Amino acid sequence: MTPVLSARGLIKRYGHVIALDGTDFDLEAGEVLAVIGDNGAGKSTLIKALTGAIQPDSGQILVDGRRVQLRNPLDARGHGIEAVYQDLAVAPSLDIAANVFLGREVRRRGVLGHVFRMLDKPRMRADAARHMEELKIGLQSLSQPLENLSGGQRQGVAVARAAAWARHVVIMDEPTAALGVKESGQVLDLIGRVRDRGLPVVLISHNMPHVFEIANRIHIQRLGRRVAVVRPDEHTMAEVVAIMTGAMRLDEEHAVVVDASAAAAAGVGGDAKAKAPEEED
Amino acid sequence: MTTTALARPAGWQRLLTGSTVGPLVALLLACAFFSVRTDTFLSGGNLSLVIQQVMVVGTLAIGQTLIILTSGIDLSNGAVMAFGSIVMAKLAADGTVPPLVAIALGILFCGAFGMANGLLVTRFSLPPFIVTLGMLNVAFALTHIYSNEETVTKLPSVLTKLGDTFTLGQTDVTFGSVVTIALFLIFAYVLSQTAWGRHVHALGNSPEAARLTGVRTRGLQLSVYTVAGLVYGIAALLLVARTGVGDPQAGQTDNLDSITAVVLGGTSLFGGRGSMVGTLLGALIVGVIRNGLQLMGVKSIYQILITGILVILAVIVDQVSRRRAR
Repeated sequence: MTPVLSARGLIKRYGHVIALDGTDFDLEAGEVLAVIGDNGAGKSTLIKALTGAIQPDSGQILVDGRRVQLRNPLDARGHGIEAVYQDLAVAPSLDIAANVFLGREVRRRGVLGHVFRMLDKPRMRADAARHMEELKIGLQSLSQPLENLSGGQRQGVAVARAAAWARHVVIMDEPTAALGVKESGQVLDLIGRVRDRGLPVVLISHNMPHVFEIANRIHIQRLGRRVAVVRPDEHTMAEVVAIMTGAMRLDEEHAVVVDASAAAAAGVGGDAKAKAPEEED
Repeated sequence: MTTTALARPAGWQRLLTGSTVGPLVALLLACAFFSVRTDTFLSGGNLSLVIQQVMVVGTLAIGQTLIILTSGIDLSNGAVMAFGSIVMAKLAADGTVPPLVAIALGILFCGAFGMANGLLVTRFSLPPFIVTLGMLNVAFALTHIYSNEETVTKLPSVLTKLGDTFTLGQTDVTFGSVVTIALFLIFAYVLSQTAWGRHVHALGNSPEAARLTGVRTRGLQLSVYTVAGLVYGIAALLLVARTGVGDPQAGQTDNLDSITAVVLGGTSLFGGRGSMVGTLLGALIVGVIRNGLQLMGVKSIYQILITGILVILAVIVDQVSRRRAR
């Protein structure tokens, strides 16, 4: 089956720092794909390339197998790719409906809309209410400014906005990073509901328990490349962390130790076959 | 859930909620105080005078509000207005072009200054404070060079038309006051009812968030500075109409006075929060206090002192309420 969103050989340099070193990426229909990696592994750069926030120096991005150019977030949006950002790309002083429709406002019909550019607030409010309800995000009032909501509720609005507009893919960058335990749980449930509505989700996260709870597959990014894609039910959390840090390597579906001491530190590899240690770069 | 989600406060409630309550209460208190302390304050003639006195600064404050909502600031608006008024007055008085063309050119020059500010802010990512500080000096100097330091008199009557009055009830009202109020209503509508207005708020909240949600932030910011410039052009016409001359010395403290009106009106200097109605109230607060103190025979230097203290109080309120919102 053709992946919904994929990338081949993406390279991005910032001066002499190589953020992406020929990375690949594949998102299948109907899945939650977690993207994990250590700091500096190129997760954020990869995600920014896939959402049009930056342009890779070389490499290809494909939507439904067709090559596309994502020069800015609007291009990505045009291809049905919506993003939820870590630092909550919302306008706190605007209300929920205004945020859901930000940049996509609906105007009234007729003269009021065409000549006087008047917004159709009742319609946007009703649509926003419907989207929030579909994702079971309960809120008292849609005319609240976002700054009056909790972090989890705000993230709910951001997710609802993405889910409401995405035709292909929702990409979420650390959506639970700023949230408490209970709110994180709610956002994870929300991600599951978005997937169940048929939208594949890319989830960037540092939080291994969250990744193992919600992801169907895990893309492991290391030193600017995709080093492995694993299923959470076939590998332990410790193994995944070890692959992510370079202590282990995926060799024909089996994780093998490449750095015995690092693997031991990550809590794996005591019984695995130790291979010759590789040079760390 | 649907019904509660759709329920919204009635119009008058919405008008009173949010940032305009404080300024409205302050304005009413000031009015109450002066109507008790003086016999003349509440007369129609005096209230009409207050509006005439705030007309020019109030109009400047409309442009200032737009810019402050984007979390910018405009220090150049008084000087830009002075330049526009000299251009209008001189062209019309010299008979170089018909008076209406002179007016249009004056307004367009102000728009060009606004656009120049906007281009410097967006293309070179310069801080608005520095850009408009520079533009303040440029406009000030050009005004004095172009006018030869001379006040332009003997203007065609078209230029002072907005200073003429009509009678409403028992009170003489200037056409200029009507223009100012109309501009406030137009921009209140634009800010609250159009996508452009929403994007201005979003830009002030967070430029990056606005960009990521698909707002073309650079073009938007440029349009804000340009529109503000055109509004300063209208203020220039009001200034000429009110004083009857083209005065190169005019408007030198109006930049700060317009910021005062915006801040007293509850618009946050950090951007993203505020309203046109608030700015109108803020401008009226300054006008009422100055007028009332004058009626009470208080020296004008004390009026400035009190306005200064009010601004500082307003900024404190802004800061405290912002912190609470987090």
